[in-house]
Amino acid sequence: MTIVTKDNIILLNEKGRRSDGRKWNELRPISMVVGVLERADGSAIVETGGTKVLAAVYGPKEMYPKHLAMPDRAILRVAYRMTSFSVEERKKPHPSRREIELSKVIKEALEPAVILEEFPRTVIDVYILVLQADGGTRVASINAASLALADAGIPMKGLVTAIAVGRLGNQVIVDLNDVEDKYGNADMPIAYIPSTGEITLFQMDGTMSPDLFDKCLEVAIETLNKIHEMQKEALKRKYLKNKKD
Amino acid sequence: MISEIRKEILSNIEKEMIISQLTKGKRIDGRGLFDFRKINVIPAPVEKAEGSAFVSLGKTKVLVGIKVNPAMPFPDTPNEGIFVINTEFSPVASPLFELGPPSEYAIEVARVVDRIIRSSEMIKLDELVIIPGELVWMINIDIYALDDNGNLIDASLIGTLAALYVGYIPRVEVIDKDRKKIEIIKEERTPIPLKDMPISFTFAKIKDILLLDPTRIEENIMDARLTIAVNNKGEICSVQKGEGGGFKLEDIHLAKDIVIKKSNGIRKIINDQLVKKPRGKEAWNEIRRLSYGEDEES
Repeated sequence: MTIVTKDNIILLNEKGRRSDGRKWNELRPISMVVGVLERADGSAIVETGGTKVLAAVYGPKEMYPKHLAMPDRAILRVAYRMTSFSVEERKKPHPSRREIELSKVIKEALEPAVILEEFPRTVIDVYILVLQADGGTRVASINAASLALADAGIPMKGLVTAIAVGRLGNQVIVDLNDVEDKYGNADMPIAYIPSTGEITLFQMDGTMSPDLFDKCLEVAIETLNKIHEMQKEALKRKYLKNKKD
Repeated sequence: MISEIRKEILSNIEKEMIISQLTKGKRIDGRGLFDFRKINVIPAPVEKAEGSAFVSLGKTKVLVGIKVNPAMPFPDTPNEGIFVINTEFSPVASPLFELGPPSEYAIEVARVVDRIIRSSEMIKLDELVIIPGELVWMINIDIYALDDNGNLIDASLIGTLAALYVGYIPRVEVIDKDRKKIEIIKEERTPIPLKDMPISFTFAKIKDILLLDPTRIEENIMDARLTIAVNNKGEICSVQKGEGGGFKLEDIHLAKDIVIKKSNGIRKIINDQLVKKPRGKEAWNEIRRLSYGEDEES
């Protein structure tokens, strides 16, 4: 079954290959590097194909203004921003409604993993900068932010791992690129904490049959476990490097 | 007021140590007073930008990207293209940067870089006209600080130069001149027309000692800052003094002499990397290697 967009981009060919030649469940090359910034308390850069995301974490630190502090726990703040040149059309630097919504859902994806009760009256800031966008920036952001939080030494119940799954016709696909995100039939980003089994980000747009919906979730969890291993490896690499020094 | 907030608290012992070493002509990172840190230029990593560059100056890192779009020319320059330089100093780069509109400092850096590019006439604006008086190319240059370890001015300028040098303008066909109808052919690219490569040198004055390319800690205790830029011909093409302190006349003469003496060397360091370093996908391998600190000799 071949699926073609209206401007003749082949999303899926008769051999089951996608626009960039991948199989339905094949991930783009992923690179994760922890501790890339000098100034931030924790940082990570995550690349998924053409998508490049940098995350920096500061804190726990004193909350200003003080009345926003919580007496029993830390507050997690997340700002997701895209560079103006990360997309085809220049994005004006001031935050768009999309960036504000994404900041919120990313924060809520990370919150369940962070043991905020350890640091009452403080704030933990997570800043995410998309250096280049090619589909899946929110899930790359979650993967990067979770690594940066761990790098900052913030106690967590586990790493948060994220991936987007979706649908082209009747075919489930994993790790959507820009074109698939735009022209595919459905896009479902999911974040998951493997160590607690909680799903902490769950969105979908497009349409999906209940059967395919189940299949997507199943495939997503399978993939997330793989990405979780990559995250752990990335953290270990930094730890081992420091040990060597 | 904002420049006050920019400074961090530094312990007296650290401050005194730095100053006592400086009086002996030594710096805490082992550099000479008038040495730059290592300059790394990685051209064109961002494929969606019409020009881009990642630059590290020691541990200071910036990413500069260019987007070009057709726009109305300014009424007083109907036959010239437009360029706009903007800085985004987000908290990713430093705990002292905040979200929201650019700080005074970020605006100062953007304006200094803009002035250097403009005074040196680096970009041939008269070659950026699509329909005379009606439509010209607008070049948006956005400078993102990623890690502020001092001297964002020089790092920003180097990033801007590099992004411009690897940048391109897509071919444009005028379909209907009167209705301003054009077609942009993205695949056919011509380089951005350039004719100069200005180089800037930023000095800090700590007590009565002048030093080049201050690190963050040196910026923290500096009394004054001086940036001098010089073009291809060796003419001085911009100056900016910053911070609360002042410079003696002999400081300025000394700084100027160093700038004149060193500018060709720095220009060569940048040029060589623009030619030799990998671009596109492979550029990210270089960035990863640099960011991971496997190249830490600053």
